[in-house]
Formats: sequence, structure tokens, C-alpha cells
Amino acid sequence: MPQTLTQKIIARACGRTTVKPGEIVTVNVDLLMGQDASGPRRWRPRLEELNAKLWDPSKVVVVSDHYVPAVDAQSAEILNISRRFARDYGVKNFFDMQGISHAIMPERGLLRPGMFVAGGDSHTPTAGAFGCYAAGFGATDTTAIAITGETWTTVPETIKVQIDGALGPEITAKDVMLWLCREMGMENSFKSVEFMGSTVSAMSMSERLVMSNMAAELGAEAGIIGVDEITIEALKATGGDYEGAEAWVADPDAHYYKTVTLDVTKLGPQVAAPHAPENTDDVGAFAAVKVDQCYIGACVGAKLEDLQMAASVLRGHRVSPDTRLLVAPATVRVTEQAAADGTLATLTAAGAILLPSGCGACAGMGAGIIAEGEVCLSTTNRNFQGRMGHKDASVYLASPYTVAASAVTGHITDPRELRTSTRNAA
Amino acid sequence: MIIEGRTWLFGDKIDTDVLAPGYAMKLSPEGLAQHCLEAVDPDFAKLVKPGDIVVAGANFGLGSSREQAAISLATLGVGAVLAKSFARIFYRNAINIGLPVVAIDLTQEVAPGDILKLDLAAGTLTRLKDGYHRELQPMPPHIIDILEAGGLMAQLKQKRGL
Repeated sequence: MPQTLTQKIIARACGRTTVKPGEIVTVNVDLLMGQDASGPRRWRPRLEELNAKLWDPSKVVVVSDHYVPAVDAQSAEILNISRRFARDYGVKNFFDMQGISHAIMPERGLLRPGMFVAGGDSHTPTAGAFGCYAAGFGATDTTAIAITGETWTTVPETIKVQIDGALGPEITAKDVMLWLCREMGMENSFKSVEFMGSTVSAMSMSERLVMSNMAAELGAEAGIIGVDEITIEALKATGGDYEGAEAWVADPDAHYYKTVTLDVTKLGPQVAAPHAPENTDDVGAFAAVKVDQCYIGACVGAKLEDLQMAASVLRGHRVSPDTRLLVAPATVRVTEQAAADGTLATLTAAGAILLPSGCGACAGMGAGIIAEGEVCLSTTNRNFQGRMGHKDASVYLASPYTVAASAVTGHITDPRELRTSTRNAA
Repeated sequence: MIIEGRTWLFGDKIDTDVLAPGYAMKLSPEGLAQHCLEAVDPDFAKLVKPGDIVVAGANFGLGSSREQAAISLATLGVGAVLAKSFARIFYRNAINIGLPVVAIDLTQEVAPGDILKLDLAAGTLTRLKDGYHRELQPMPPHIIDILEAGGLMAQLKQKRGL
């Protein structure tokens, strides 16, 4: 029976050759990720109550990224809970203030195509860019996985998202995903999405991570991209395991729940208005919106390539005195690379304010929170009411190009227009 | 399992930041619960009573994996959430902590304050004032097992002989 990639991975994880949508199966989890907000802090009391150990510490990753760096005694204690947990339970893959889990796992070569990845965070689907089935789970589910190495799942229907055409200059995976949120809505619950087509094939791994990351905003449980040369090159570059990786692609005649077809040839920059990623329109629809804060951060929007996109716009410009530009690189390794290649210097020369790596303002927990009535334009992935601070603040979402261009003007700006006006002035 | 309480009515897309705001996530479960739904109804946490039933529209619980979204409702004593549809992680979280969640669209049928009686075993819902009646979709047996054990932790304890 031909199968989608989703089915193939779940079948392998439950020790079968095929599975059908709707079946309830028990799977062996290949990798469990817990972060400081929902992992060790929630796991430890429950493990102690059950007198249990981790089923396999080598398959557990702990990342402290939500409450970093500590800003008060409570957050400092939460970080210590993670440190003690990693030590006492033998977790070697512990990343303490090294960056955001969804950027750490690909960067450190922890993902292997075909894996069933369970993460205590809703953006766990990011790992789908490496041909993994990766889904978010709550703290009780992840506790049960930590003890048994197993969980139940209903085999989801798979939606095929076929994306073709060449993206224009300064048009990114972020624009594609914001557009897709509007086209598909955010209620694709209990469905897996598989991205394919010439646009996806041409995307770098950094851009593919954006696609899979924002499958969460579609409401999908996973957002998977089949393995190709780009996947294998990324695995080689990060010390990941790529043996047999090329097998993790969907069967050509697999059955899909539905197919969504997009032609991105004419796609312009997209912006999502408050308070949902599906409130998306062309950037021009928001040209009058003044922004108090521009934020480049989060797992989805502060990887090295994202910072490079912003730097390419900001080179030779200054951040408008009417706004502020905050940059929180996704990982410390991104900071290191951006420092080495000059990207950071470009950003700071333009007046950007550097923040520590972590979930930060995106999760409403770290530096960069906004006040009542303030407007933020952000490279992050969701803009629910109250998420980035006050419930009566407004968060708009866009690509790093658009956020950087808007930082220069102080209002939401098409990055292509900024380039044109700069050329004309020169 | 029988749940009887007053209806609280909400719309579509009640997300996890509305149920458990990030800025209150360091508080105790009781402290966090006081902020539950405040962005859409500032009085909810103050006025909700044990057993009350939350009725909502589509995609309830979308967003974060934070289990506190479900725990906050349970901490306030909410007896069940009846929504047109649920986001997957919230749905699992609610079952795992023993909060009954049923996919049913009642937003056009009931009014705030209506007293509803939910019989999960029989799969029925009744409005007391006029006997309005609905059949519920049967739950998969393994989900009923978790709810009857009192949640996933309680079930794990049983399995481990604790």
C-alpha cells in the first residue's frame, strides 16, 4: 500500500510496515525534547511520585530556553531545576541557555530522518524539515513518554501542500507560511502536512525549518518535508546521521486527505495582523501602521539566514528614531556565526539592540515585552492576544526583510520599496 | 461520569495565551488560573463555580503546548469543555489531567447561564430548563480509560502498582 511520509514514519515507530489514517497505535518515541517551562520542572515531581527513571537518557534532550536568562529568583530557580534534573537523571544532551530548542536540535545534529520526535513545545514540528514526524505534547504526555518511551497516537490524515514557482527577491518562507495560514486556516487539527514542490525543493534548510515550524500555526500536528540532497548536506554539515536517510520520502502514489496547490511566482511580502497568524494580507494593506517596536527573534525568525536577511536591508541605514529594533539570535552559535561574518556589526551599526538567545518576548516571558497600546512588528510565528505582553498590545508578523525595512521607516514597509527608494536617492 | 453546571459561552479560537497568559506562567496554578480567559471575559475567573461548563466554538485551545491551559480551567473547577472542535495538544492535555472535553457545536443552541447536564458514560447532554437533548460522539475506549482512572498520571500509577 503506498503511503505518505507521515504514515511511513509512524508505521516504523510502531513496528509495522503500513498504517492507515484513523488507526490508534502505540509508537516508540525516538527522541524526546523537554524545555525549561514544560520539561524537567513538570517531569521531576511526577517521576519521583512514580518512583521512575528516564526510559533512555540518551534519547532525551533538555533545553533551557524559555526563562533565560533569569530575571528574578523564580526564573533562576526554574533554570536550576533543569540543571539538577540533567545531572541527576543522566541527560547528556542538555543545552543550558544555548538557544531555542527548535534551532538547537538541527544545529547540533540531533535529528535523523524517519525519527518520531515528541517535544514538550508546540513548535516541535520544526524538526519535520529533516524528514521527521515531530509533534508537540503537553507535560503529562511527555512525562509518560519519559518513563515508558511510548505514546499513543491516532494516525493522522495527511494534507499535501504542493508549492511551485520561484520566490521573488526578498520573498521568504515566512511570507509563504503567513499566506498559507490565510489560505488553509488554523484549524487543521489532527492532520499532518507534507510540503513539496519546486519552491520547497529550492529552499535552504533554514527556510524549510520555517515551513515546518509554522505548520503549528496551521493547527497541524506535523509539517514534514521529504529528504533530498539539501537535507543530507545539512546533516553532514552538523554531524548528523544520514545513513539511509534518502528513503524518507512519500510514496509517489500515496493517498492524501486533500491537496493544496500554491503558485508563489507573484507572491509579495505578507503581514499577519493581530491577533492571529491567519489575519494575513499583502504588506501594502498595512502601510499606515506605525510600529513602536521591531522584533527579530524566536525559533522561526532569528536563525543566521534571518539575521543576514535583516542585515542586507539595514546596511547603510539607521533604525528610525520613532521605533526600536530588538534582535535576539535563535542560538548562541548563531550569535557566534553572525559575529564572525559581520552580520552583527551591520545590525548594531544600524542601531539594533542585541538581546540574549531564547524564546524571549515571543513567549511573553523574556526581554522585549510590550505595553498597553503598543504595536510590535515581529519575525515570530504567532501573535495571539496578550502573548507578547499586555492584552491590549498589537503584534503583527512578517519576514526578517519586512521587519528590518519597517525598522528603518518606523511604519510597516515593503522591503522592495525601501530598496527602490534607496537606489533612487543614490 | 455526570457533570452538571452553568454554561459559559465563548467564541471560536480560544487560544492558550488567553487560557494561560505567558506573563502569569510563573505563578502557582491557583494564581495563574485567576488570569484564565481574562482577555475575553475579565470576570470569568472570579465568577465561575465548580462544575460549570465552558461552551465554545472552533479550534479551542490552539497555540502552545502549555498544559496550564487545561489545568487553569480544571483549577477553577470547570467540569467540562464542550467545543465545536479542539486543537490536538489541548485535547490530549485535558484528557491527561482528567478534564472532560467533548467535540460538539452548541454555540448557537445554548445561552450563558443555561444549566447543562452531561452524562459521559451514556453519551448524552441535557439542558435542564426545557429538556433540550443531544447525543454525544462516543469517545475511544482508551480515552475513557484515562478519564476513568482520573487522568494519565493516575493511570500510570495503577499500571506501576502504586
